[in-house]
Amino acid sequence: MATSVGQTGQTGANGSGAMGAAQRRAIPELEAIARELRRDVVETIYAAGSGHPGGSLSELDILICLYFHAMRHNPNNPQWADRDRFILSKGHASPGLYTVLARAGYFPQEELPTFRKLDSRLQGHAHPMTPGVEMNSGSLGMGLSFALGCALAAMIDGKGSLVYALLGDGECDEGEIWEAAMAASHHQAKNLIAIVDRNRIQNDRHTDEVMTLEPLAQKWRAFGWRVMETDGHDYNALLPTINRARQRRTRPTVIIAHTIKGKGVSFMENNPGFHGRAPNKDEFEQAMKELA
Amino acid sequence: MVAQRSMASTRQVYGETLVDMAEEYPDIVVLGGDLNVSVFTHLWRDQYPSRFFDFGPAEQNLIGVGAGLASSGKIPFVSTFSVFGVGRPFDQLRVLVSQPNLNLKLVCTHAGILTGEDGMSAHGIEDLALSCSLPTFTVVCPADALEAAQAVRAAASTDGPFYIRLSRAATPVVHDDSYRFTLGRAEVIRDGQDVTIIATGVMVSVSLDAADMLAQKGVSARVVNMHTLKPADEGTIIAAARETGAIVTAEEHYIHGGLGSIVSQVVGEHCPVPLAMVALQGYSESGPAEQLMVKCGLTPERVQEAAEAAIGRKAG
Repeated sequence: MATSVGQTGQTGANGSGAMGAAQRRAIPELEAIARELRRDVVETIYAAGSGHPGGSLSELDILICLYFHAMRHNPNNPQWADRDRFILSKGHASPGLYTVLARAGYFPQEELPTFRKLDSRLQGHAHPMTPGVEMNSGSLGMGLSFALGCALAAMIDGKGSLVYALLGDGECDEGEIWEAAMAASHHQAKNLIAIVDRNRIQNDRHTDEVMTLEPLAQKWRAFGWRVMETDGHDYNALLPTINRARQRRTRPTVIIAHTIKGKGVSFMENNPGFHGRAPNKDEFEQAMKELA
Repeated sequence: MVAQRSMASTRQVYGETLVDMAEEYPDIVVLGGDLNVSVFTHLWRDQYPSRFFDFGPAEQNLIGVGAGLASSGKIPFVSTFSVFGVGRPFDQLRVLVSQPNLNLKLVCTHAGILTGEDGMSAHGIEDLALSCSLPTFTVVCPADALEAAQAVRAAASTDGPFYIRLSRAATPVVHDDSYRFTLGRAEVIRDGQDVTIIATGVMVSVSLDAADMLAQKGVSARVVNMHTLKPADEGTIIAAARETGAIVTAEEHYIHGGLGSIVSQVVGEHCPVPLAMVALQGYSESGPAEQLMVKCGLTPERVQEAAEAAIGRKAG
C-alpha cells in the first residue's frame, strides 16, 4: 500500500518492512540507523573486494534523512507512480544507497554481500535492476538532467511529488551539471531538490587541487537556484535543512551539504586513498572496531 | 533513363506526423535543442506548448532530461541535427537510454552529406555506426517521406529506444500511398535475379535508378530497401545472397559501421558471395547536396559499376 504524508507507515519487526515517509523517524532513530549502516557499507565493500567507501560514507546521513524521514516512497511498491524520486548521480557511491534501500525494505539485507559479484542485482554502479534504484549511473554529470526529466513529468501530470538528486562535488566539474542547472531554473522545476555531497575530495586528490569549485553557492545562485548550506552529518542541522527545502518552493533548490569523505572511519576520513578502494583485512577489522 | 520522382521532405513530414499523433498518444512530449524550426518540431511547440521543452544547444542535458521523462512514463521525442543528437551526447544515450532500455525516441535530421553547404562538421556520416553500436536501440533510416511518417508512428507504438535518421534536403519519393512499412522487415522494392542492391535512405532512389540502367544492359538487379538497420532483416539479406549470388550495399554514410558493415557480417556468416560497397570514404566538404553526391560517388553510375564488379566476381 502506498503511504503518503499524514499516514502512518507500517514497520517490520527489524525495521525493514514497508515504510512510508509519513513515518518521519525522529533524529535519535536516524542516528541509530546511521551507526548500523556505516558498518553495512564497510562490510559490503570489504566483501566485494572493491568499491567506493569514501563517498558512500560521506553521503550516508543524507540518504538516511531522505529515505527514513523526508521522502514519500513505498519499498513494497518501488514503481508507485506518486512516489518522491531519489536520483543517485554519483553512482559509484552505490553501497551507501544499497544499504539504505535494503534497510528500508526494498530487498533483503542478506543480498548486500553479492555486491559487484556475478549474477547480483547490486551492480558496481547503481542500475535500475535493483529495486528502488531509479537511474543507471557510472558516468558523472548525468543525474541532474535525469532528475529534471522526472520533475518535468511530475509537473506535466500535476503530481505533488518531489525529485531529489545527489551530486558529488567533484562531479560538478562536468558541464552537463550546469546545462541542467540552467534548464531547471528556466523551466521552473520547483519540485527539484539537488544535494551536493561537498566532501572536498574527488578521485585523484582534493577538489581544490583538481578543479576549483568555489564560490560554489554563488554559482548555483547565479543559475537561478535557491541555495542552502548545512553540515551533512549533524542531523540537528541536516534534517531541518532538508525539511526547509521541501517547503516554500518557488524555484529549484540546492543544498550544499558539507561532509567528510570516509566519515566514521578514522583512517578513511579526508583520505583521497579511500575514494575508490576497499579496505584490506587489517583495515576492515580496524574500521569495524571503530564503528562498533 | 533516370526515373522522375516527386520530392518530399522527411523532416517536414516528421513534424506533421508528430502533431497528428498528439491526441492518440497523450504521453508524447517533444524536446528540442534550439533547432526546432529546422527539425519541424515548431509545429508541435506552437500547438502543444505544455508538452514541449527547449533546452538550447545543450545536448547532453537534452538526452538526460529525455531519459528522466521516459523513466517517468512519458514518450519523449527528442530532435536536433544528427551530429548534435547522436555524436555529442553519445555517452548519455549509452548510459541513460540504452543500458536501462528506456522508451526514448531520438529523431534527427540533417544526417549525411545531404546537409550540403554547412560542410564536414555538419555532415553526420557516423550516426548509423554509433546508434547501431547501442545494443537496445532500434535504428531506422527511411527511404522517403512516406516511409518516414510510418517509421515515426512505429517508434511511438513500439516500446524501447529508437534512432530515426532524416535528411535536410527533400528526397525522391519511391513509394506510393499504398505502401505499408513493417518495422524490421526489409522491403524488396524491385525484384531481380543477377545481383541485389541493398540500400538505405536516399540511396534507395539512387539504386532504383542504377537498376534501370543495369536493365538496359540486360542485367536483372533486385533492390532491397533496408530501412531498419537494427535489428537487421537477416532473412532478406541471406535470401538475396542465395538467390542472386552477388550483393552491393549503398548508403549515404561512412563506409565503416553502417549498412555495408551490417550486410557484410550477415553475408559473411551465412552465405558468402561477392560483395561491393558504395558508401562515403571519408569527410566531405561544403557544397550543394546534389553536387556532393556526385563528387562522393553516391550516383546510379557508381552503383551500376559496383554491381557489375560484384557480378564479375561470381564463381564459375
